[in-house]
Amino acid sequence: MTAITDLKDRLAAVHYVADDTLATALQLALTLKRPLLLEGEAGVGKTEIAKALSAILDARLIRLQCYEGLDANAAIYEWNYQRQLLAIKASEHEQASAAEIEKHIFSEDYLLRRPLLEAISQDRSPVLLIDEIDRADEEFEAYLLEILSDFQITIPELGTVTATSIPHVILTSNGTRELSDALRRRCLYAYVEFPGPERELAIILSHMPDIEERLAVQVARFVRALRKEDLEKAPGIAETLDWAAALTGLGVTALDQDLATVQQSLICLLKTEADAKAVTKEVTSRLVGTAA
Amino acid sequence: MSSEATVQGAPVTARVAGFIDHLRLNDFSVGPAETQQALRVIETVGATDRAQVRQSLKSLLTGRHEEWERFDDLFEAYWFARGRERKGKASQNQHQRASASTPSIWSDHLPDSAASGLGDTRRGGSDEETAGEAAGRVVASTQKALAKADLRHVADPDEIAEAERLAYRLAKAMRYRLSRRYRIAADGPKLDLRRTIRSNIAHGGEPITLVNRARPDKPVRIVVLLDVSGSMKLYSRFFLQFVKGLVCEWIDADAYLFHTRLIRVTDALKDKDTVKAMTRLALMAEGFGGGTRLGECLRVFNDRYARRALNSRTVFVILSDGYDTGSPDLLAGELKRLRKRVRRIVWLNPLLGWRDYEPVTAAMAAALPLVDHFAAANTLEALRQIEGDLARL
Repeated sequence: MTAITDLKDRLAAVHYVADDTLATALQLALTLKRPLLLEGEAGVGKTEIAKALSAILDARLIRLQCYEGLDANAAIYEWNYQRQLLAIKASEHEQASAAEIEKHIFSEDYLLRRPLLEAISQDRSPVLLIDEIDRADEEFEAYLLEILSDFQITIPELGTVTATSIPHVILTSNGTRELSDALRRRCLYAYVEFPGPERELAIILSHMPDIEERLAVQVARFVRALRKEDLEKAPGIAETLDWAAALTGLGVTALDQDLATVQQSLICLLKTEADAKAVTKEVTSRLVGTAA
Repeated sequence: MSSEATVQGAPVTARVAGFIDHLRLNDFSVGPAETQQALRVIETVGATDRAQVRQSLKSLLTGRHEEWERFDDLFEAYWFARGRERKGKASQNQHQRASASTPSIWSDHLPDSAASGLGDTRRGGSDEETAGEAAGRVVASTQKALAKADLRHVADPDEIAEAERLAYRLAKAMRYRLSRRYRIAADGPKLDLRRTIRSNIAHGGEPITLVNRARPDKPVRIVVLLDVSGSMKLYSRFFLQFVKGLVCEWIDADAYLFHTRLIRVTDALKDKDTVKAMTRLALMAEGFGGGTRLGECLRVFNDRYARRALNSRTVFVILSDGYDTGSPDLLAGELKRLRKRVRRIVWLNPLLGWRDYEPVTAAMAAALPLVDHFAAANTLEALRQIEGDLARL
């Protein structure tokens, strides 16, 4: 279907190489105007999707990084108390009635917009990235439900703020906590896998056009094989790119050319002590053998 | 695809509704709202490109990784009748529906083989291996079910009640407050000064609304791994009751069975109907009487479930006799990995209650230094005795 290939091309133009499944999910999220929930291992490029999307739509990216203890004040809105106090102090000499002062200090001027309120009060649809939603508490998830289904926020002093434009919402989760069914049902869903060797090669070439193609092919295959090893933390795409950059920087043109350097540069890929120990020289040379 | 549907004489809407129904029977959380959305999606995408429609519906109708992985098979099975388990097609379909809606009645009256077909024939289309690892979904053929240990005999009310009570008491004994940190609590005993000041800025700094804090009473999480291999046969029935008691009574408990594979059974155990739960378990414990690969099962656990199932307040209970056919090194290695993630590892071994038993099997010897508490568990009495020990842990 043309819309999908078109979307893939546009994503590729901003250096995001998407596969069919992901492109379909994105396309669907755009047409249906529904939030898209992305799950997958750390490092498969979930957050990057939102950035790429904002780039191709030329829309603002508003990001809400979730963490334990995130509350409505930090995510939706807060009154700027300091300014309100100053305003009250300043208006003491102006003989204004209490009602007037109250009306004045609870106006939009004194409202601090946090990401969620910010996202629904834009003129043009922004991309709203709610990152690592599984880190936030369940209570916050419940807040989010109202906003994601109705796109409106109620501020007691001001009234209900309805969205001026519906944001494109992307939620990501690493699966450290089971998300509620209610949230899942409101979202489209896509599970992002590690890319296959062809796609990974395309990603490397897209980000590093100067790299020798032979090296890029070997890097993609090597990382693919490495992920199949029994590692605590499988290397993500960012690690692959780091490694490819490191190898080019070290002047390696082919993996089988200089095993010692390759072994040393593996620190770009292996991020725990156990993994670094598990991938010995022998393992590396075997993997290089399969990649070459 | 939908052209096929119309050729068969059924309008697309009915076929799509049927598909949603099919998904629901396979434990997807979808409803009428999804039917409408699915129709809308098919309309926008156009019903000509099969792959496109499949991917769009996949994104729309799934909500978690397990569903995401099973969707393609289910899609094929419904629209193209290519499911692996669907030899009987239409007639079997009827049966599946009936069994799915009235399971508890059937399970009391049907012979074992038929009853154990319950709830699982409907999982047509998923392959045995992956299904077994994904949250206890196992497709079992009827022949295997016949040979399976009949767990229903343990459904003696007194024994169940006793095992469940005991499980709860043990869990309670392990419960203790681990939190040193204070959190906001409406009727907490202490004043949270920082937050009080913060929330009273709006009142010009006058402390009008007070914010209290207290130490949260965080119950420990209990994760149980129950060995159902051949050597444990005599005990596993009883322990299943015990584990069921734990899962049903305790707020935060997670249970797994293992023999040569590891299966998560928490959801199956939560079934209120004991007979039905036991029947489901009998199906899951397929391979009952086989060998044990403790090390490998622990590795599966560490790789797959650990991140979600464990936290620093977890007591990890292994119920096994330690007769392991795998390598002891692997077991020790995996236990070491596990230790980093949990609070305590408790190993309950039914054989320990026997006279003259020494934990000398290679696996047991390798595991012992890594276990925080090692105790006998061959009788209710023995379990009762460890209550005190666990409280002290």
